[in-house]
Amino acid sequence: MNNLLLIILFLPLAGMALSLLPSREATGKTALVFSLISLLLSVCLFIQFDPNGGMQQVLNYAWVPDLGINFKIGVDGISLMMILLTNVLSPLIILSSFGRRIENPKGLYALIQLMQFALIGVFISLDAFLFYIFWELALLPIYFICLLWGGKDRIRITLKFFIYTITGSLLMLVGLIYLYLQTPGSHTFDIQAFYDLTLSSQQQSLVFWLIFVAFAIKIPVFPLHSWQPDTYTDAPTQGTMLLSGIMLKMGLYGILRWLLPVVPAASADNAFIVMLLGIIGVVYASCIAIVQKDFKRMIAYASIAHVGLITAGLFTLKVEALEGAVFQMLSHGINAVGLFFIADMLMSRLKTHNMSEMGGIANNNSLFAVLFMIVLLGTIALPLTNGFVGEFLLLTGIYQFKAWMALFGGLTIILGAVYMFRSYQAIMLGSRHLNEGEFQPMTLSEKTVLGTIAFLVILLGVYPSFLMNAAAPSIKSLLMIINAG
Amino acid sequence: MNTIVTLSIVGIAAMLSEVFKLKRIMYSLVIAGLIVALGFSINDWTNFGSYFNQMVMVDSFSVVFSSLMIVTTLLWMLMSRNYFNSESSMSEHFALIVFALTGGVMMTTFSNMSILFLGLEILSFSLYIMAGSDKTNIKSNEAAMKYFIMGSFATGFLLFGITLIYGATSSFNIQEIANYTQQNKDALPAFFKVGVLMILIGLSFKIAAAPFHFWTPDVYDGAPTLVTAFMASVVKIAAFAMIYRLFVSCFITIYDFWTPVFAVLSAITMLAGNITAVYQTSLKRMLAYSSVAHAGYMLMALAAPGIASKNALLFYLAAYSLSALGAFNLLYSVHKVTGNEGIKAVKGLFYKHPVSAIMLTICMLSMAGIPPVAGFFGKYYLFTAALKENLLWLVLIAVLSSLIGIYYYFKVIIAAFQQPETENTGYCEKPSDLAILGICAVLSLLLGIAPQLISGLL
Repeated sequence: MNNLLLIILFLPLAGMALSLLPSREATGKTALVFSLISLLLSVCLFIQFDPNGGMQQVLNYAWVPDLGINFKIGVDGISLMMILLTNVLSPLIILSSFGRRIENPKGLYALIQLMQFALIGVFISLDAFLFYIFWELALLPIYFICLLWGGKDRIRITLKFFIYTITGSLLMLVGLIYLYLQTPGSHTFDIQAFYDLTLSSQQQSLVFWLIFVAFAIKIPVFPLHSWQPDTYTDAPTQGTMLLSGIMLKMGLYGILRWLLPVVPAASADNAFIVMLLGIIGVVYASCIAIVQKDFKRMIAYASIAHVGLITAGLFTLKVEALEGAVFQMLSHGINAVGLFFIADMLMSRLKTHNMSEMGGIANNNSLFAVLFMIVLLGTIALPLTNGFVGEFLLLTGIYQFKAWMALFGGLTIILGAVYMFRSYQAIMLGSRHLNEGEFQPMTLSEKTVLGTIAFLVILLGVYPSFLMNAAAPSIKSLLMIINAG
Repeated sequence: MNTIVTLSIVGIAAMLSEVFKLKRIMYSLVIAGLIVALGFSINDWTNFGSYFNQMVMVDSFSVVFSSLMIVTTLLWMLMSRNYFNSESSMSEHFALIVFALTGGVMMTTFSNMSILFLGLEILSFSLYIMAGSDKTNIKSNEAAMKYFIMGSFATGFLLFGITLIYGATSSFNIQEIANYTQQNKDALPAFFKVGVLMILIGLSFKIAAAPFHFWTPDVYDGAPTLVTAFMASVVKIAAFAMIYRLFVSCFITIYDFWTPVFAVLSAITMLAGNITAVYQTSLKRMLAYSSVAHAGYMLMALAAPGIASKNALLFYLAAYSLSALGAFNLLYSVHKVTGNEGIKAVKGLFYKHPVSAIMLTICMLSMAGIPPVAGFFGKYYLFTAALKENLLWLVLIAVLSSLIGIYYYFKVIIAAFQQPETENTGYCEKPSDLAILGICAVLSLLLGIAPQLISGLL
């Protein structure tokens, strides 16, 4: 069964090819079926996975042998979490488009599946060059999704987004080539060779900044975030979900896999600066989120705050914080997709994202009110929801590093509660009377999407250990590599 | 060697076809001739050696670059049937193309300065005429005139340089010059280096390196689109193969004298080309400036000579030629219908001809250097070659200018995917146009996925 990983990787590509075939009516359903099969296979992968087995299912084919470029893939606990996240969210993202009026759905589903392919590739690559190719490949479908199905100002915004992210990517490419040229013998891009490098502190610091900028833009870390609110707001719902749910995890995952273990000394040296940026991001973005009137924009800023905390946690190099970071990557993905889906449901019914024009929905639709509340509680990290586990561990780790940073980082929960509850109040409560039929009941697909997300919020909050147990050994061994370097 | 002979015969035959009333079948005959020449060229892979009293030297470098040029010309011929439609001057057109190619092959095969000069002039003269081949169009005439004057000026520099080199080494033979410089490394007269610089300037004109690039946009813009496509593909290959061959085989002993010059030229060229291209509203002019920028990237190979950069140059030239042929082909077809050469001409292409739009996107992505298309690997190879020589600053400038490049290549893509304003945009998509565009796009993708197909040839 060594081919399971290969199948998981290429299945979305097959789905994409099938969606593009001419004269197929049921493209949406085809895409959904493919993504569900992907999910099923990832669950199989999860069941087969041996938490203490290190890197598993490793496949290594020569791709460009004379340059030391290999097609090398494999999973450890961290990659597995990311694959699960991608393949759980993909069917939800596809399902979320059902019942919406979409021009040229064929193209949209094809691009979503291409995106899924590239994302899985990023998470399982064990060759720096392959990683880079997938990393860049992920940018193309999301660019076209935003360009073709985005809002009014999409041309300017998507171009800004693209140039912003590719700036980082190209700098990372330079960094990776630099590392490649330091490898012994006839040079290789293999991850193990990168881990084994011994570089002087100047070299490490050069490589650190070249690569970190790419990840920081993708996440985004303050002050490289200025592309994010516009892009999230203007992208179509599916694009925003992909961006916030999965794509930004590429940056966090990249830090974990390709930055900390490769240049450990520089990471430790620069940890304080990066954490400071992360914490500034938390406070700054939370404050802006509080004053937003546009619901979608508010979630975008909330996202900056949450990922700021994760970034800060990663650089503590403490085992609790790293576990928390991985878990919070999952939780944030689920919660963000949930919130953006709620924004989309509101938009499709009320034709606005402006919270001051909403209100009184809770009386009208209690199921929606309950599900929204669950997702909201997950976002503000209430105990027994998924957000709590991750943020608690992150704050523990940060506290061990610098107590005052944990204090400011903790603001993410308090300020989060402020803006989330305010938005709930404005949207759902209040005395505004809805006209008959103004807020239509949830359709079956909407119930499925939001119900699944609410279920996951509670499941991961009550019983996090079934995932944590799979990831923890890999995180510990990664930390050992970092500390040994 | 047989390649040059075959191509010359085909060229002369094309000229004489007027007399023998062979016009009808001329197109097929020329294609057949090119295929035979390609066969000879590939066959030479096993017949390395010197010919014609050491005037030409067949080696792996010359074989690979000559073959690439012939293949590109074949592709160009396929897309350019229309160029040969005019009854009055059809045979000249055939002859000029084939002679230009002959010159190009000589430029990659020379082992003597005189052959270098001869090849360059054969190529250039054919191009001067081709640039003006749209006789009734004033812009075409202007392009030919400008090209001729600037080209002659550059030739003057080149000749002056060759003379000075001869004065210092008393030889025109590449190998002898190399040996002489090797033996008298510390006793070279100052005017030898002046000669090298003169040649460098003369050739910089030919490859359109900044600050000697000012003729390029006008000539590219004024010349008929198909001729521009030829200049951007075949001529680029010839010029870069020549300059690389000359400097690396002849002046390698004093490489620390000229590599910094090329590094600086490279940086200026890519910045100048990319920044000016941003402000263009005409697609044709934009592609002209983009070709200047690409020349800048390719100069990185000369700033870091070695096996790696030789392969990088080959790959980059192949990738760029493919995407340029595709882009100019589409521009030509669109122009024929809409009469517009602006970026607006492709607006809404996706909604009328989705396949063409996707192919155009692939060509643009290749030029912009986005994986997994061939252009990315071209850039990757060049960056690696330059980093090996510790040219980090040059690579960072290249990265920066690539970003500028992405901005304007994406303007084209965005236009293609925008809703059309009026109904009659787009062009009538002919299967033959689509086939050429398809070949270019598919080959670009193929080279991006399996770069080892040509990356390890040299």
